[in-house]
Amino acid sequence: MVKYIAKRVLMMIPVLLGVILLVFFIMNLASGNAVLLILGENATEEAVAVKTRELGLDRPILVRYAAYVADLVRGDMGTSYFSSRSVAEEVLSRFPATLKLAVVSAIISTLLAIPLGIFAAVRQNTLFDNFSMILSLVGNSMPAFWLALMLMMLFAEKLGWLPAQGMNNGWRSYVLPAVSIGFINMAAIARTTRSTMLETVRQDYIRTARAKGVDEEAVVMDHAFPNALIPTITVIGVQFGNLLGGAILVETVFAWPGLGRLMVQSVNNRDVPLVLGCIVILSISYSVVNLLVDLVYGFVDPRVRSMYK
Amino acid sequence: MAESRPMLEVRNLKKYFKTKRGLLHAVDDVSFRIEPGKTLGLVGESGCGKSTAGRTILRLLEPTAGQVFFEGADIAALSAAQMRQKRREMQIIFQDPFASLDPRMTVSQIIEEPMRLHKLFPSAQERQRRTLELMDTVGLARRLFNTYPHELDGGRRQRIGIARALALEPRFIVCDEPVSALDVSIQAQILNLMKELQRQLDLTYLFITHDLSVVYHFSDDIAVMYLGKLIEKAPADRLFANPMHPYTQALLSAIPKPSLDARGERILMRGEITSPIAPKAVCRFAGRCPHVSQRCESREPQLMEAEPNHFVSCFLCGQ
Repeated sequence: MVKYIAKRVLMMIPVLLGVILLVFFIMNLASGNAVLLILGENATEEAVAVKTRELGLDRPILVRYAAYVADLVRGDMGTSYFSSRSVAEEVLSRFPATLKLAVVSAIISTLLAIPLGIFAAVRQNTLFDNFSMILSLVGNSMPAFWLALMLMMLFAEKLGWLPAQGMNNGWRSYVLPAVSIGFINMAAIARTTRSTMLETVRQDYIRTARAKGVDEEAVVMDHAFPNALIPTITVIGVQFGNLLGGAILVETVFAWPGLGRLMVQSVNNRDVPLVLGCIVILSISYSVVNLLVDLVYGFVDPRVRSMYK
Repeated sequence: MAESRPMLEVRNLKKYFKTKRGLLHAVDDVSFRIEPGKTLGLVGESGCGKSTAGRTILRLLEPTAGQVFFEGADIAALSAAQMRQKRREMQIIFQDPFASLDPRMTVSQIIEEPMRLHKLFPSAQERQRRTLELMDTVGLARRLFNTYPHELDGGRRQRIGIARALALEPRFIVCDEPVSALDVSIQAQILNLMKELQRQLDLTYLFITHDLSVVYHFSDDIAVMYLGKLIEKAPADRLFANPMHPYTQALLSAIPKPSLDARGERILMRGEITSPIAPKAVCRFAGRCPHVSQRCESREPQLMEAEPNHFVSCFLCGQ
C-alpha cells in the first residue's frame, strides 16, 4: 500500500512538469504584455527594456521554464508582478476559502444525490424516477453561473435572506455559492448513481441474495449499493478536484475570495507567476484527490484492493 | 409411489414475459412432481425455459399462473415475507459461480449471511463454527475463510455456492446448471460432491442442465423441455433406452459416445426454433421434426402416458 502511494506521488512529478510547460507556452502566446500593463501604455522604451530585464522576460522561454522549475523545487513560486508579494503566500492565502466552499458543496451534493439516484433506480420508470432525472438533466444542462445569478437575485436581492457577496457572514455566506455549485454536481452524481444501480441490481449475485432470503431493503443497501459505488466515487472525486481549482465563474459571481477568482484576475493582468502558482496548486490538488479516490476504490472493492499489493 | 406425498409438485406452471413483440411464453403449462430424496433432471437446449422454470418455482421470478406445492402447501400463494421464511427449506445453486457471488463479501460472510438472516444460531461464534463445518462439508480448506471469491478458481467458487445453499439446511435444492461453467475435470468433482451430499442429507434435487450425459448419471427421472413445454418425461434409464419423442431421440443421438464401433446414426435437426413469442396452438417442434405431418400443424399434442410412467407429447405415440 505504502509502495503504491509512493509510486503514485512520484507519478505526479511528470504531470506537473507537463502542465507548467503548457501554461508557460500559452501565457507566452497570449496577446498583451505584462510590462506594458504594469508601466502603462505611455512608458518609454528604455523603461520597458529595464522592466523586461528585471522580470527576466528577455531570456528564452525554455530557460525561463527551467529556472521556474528549479525555484519551484525549492518551494519558491516567484513573486507576483503586481502586488510584489510572494506567489506562494498569495495562493495559499486564497486556497482555504476555495477548499471550504468545495467541501461544503461536495457534502451537500453527495448527500442529496446518492439517495436520489438509488431511489430513482429502485423505482425505475415511476413518476419519482422521471422527476428526479428531469431535475438532474436540468442541473447538467444549466450553467452554474446562471443558477448563481438567479439564486442571488431571488434570495439576496428580492428576499434579502442571504448575503450576495463575500464570505464574511458565517454559514450564511456559504449557502448560495455552495448550492449553486452543489446543484450542478448533484445532477451528475445522481445520474451516475442511478445508472450504475440499474446495472448492479441485474447482477447474478443480487439474485443470490434474494434466494438467501435477504429482504428487499437489504438487497439494495447491503448488496447492490456498495457494489455500485465505484463510478459514483469517481464522479464525486472528479468534481471535487475541479472545485479545488476554484469554481471560477461562481467565485466571480459571488466575489468569493478564493483561488478561482485570483486566477481570473491574474490572467487578466498577464501576471504569469501568479497564474502558474494557481495552476500548480490546482494540479497538485487534482492529483491528490485522484489518488484518494483510487485508495477509496480499494476500500470499497476487494478486487481493486488486491491489485494495490 | 403414487400415494406418497411428493416433496415438490408443480401444476400448470406458466411464466410469460412481456416483450415489445408480444408475450414470450418461457414456461408454458408445465407440470411435474419430485418424490422426497429423488432427483428430477430437467433438460433442454438453451432458451427452452428450463432455468426460468427453476427460478419461478422458487419465486425468484413471479409465476404468471399455476401452482407450486412444497410438501403439500402452495407456495405461489405465499406473501413475500412468508416466502423469505420458506427459503430456509428451498434453495438454489446457480450456474455461474463467477457472477453469482457478491464480490465484496468474503467466503465466510457469503456462507454465514443466510444463517444470520434467518437467525439460525443465537451467537456469532456458533455461526462461525457452523460456517467452518460447512466449508469442511463441501471440501473448502478452512484457510480460505477470509478470502474473496475473485481470489479462487471456478470449482472452489461453486463449492462456496453449494455451502451457501446448504447453510439453511434446506430439503429441496434447485441446481441450475451447477457445473456448466466449470472445466470438465472439476465438473466431476462437484457432481460427486452433490451426489454425496444428497445421500448424507437426504436432499431432493431439481437438476437443470443441457448436458445429457450428466443428467443420466445424476437423475432418477428426466423431463425434457422444448420451447416452454414438457415434451417427454420418464425414469432416466427408460428415457435413455427408449426415447419416444422425435426431439428426445435427436438429443440422445447427439451425445458423443466414447467407443469406436458404437457410432449410432446421428439425427440432424433442420430448420429454426419456432419463436416463443405468442406461439400458435400446434406442436412447437413441428418446424424441425423429421416425422411432421398435417395434424402436427393443426392441433397441439398433450403430454400423455404412452407406457407406464413414460409420458410423451407427440401424435406418433398413441394420441
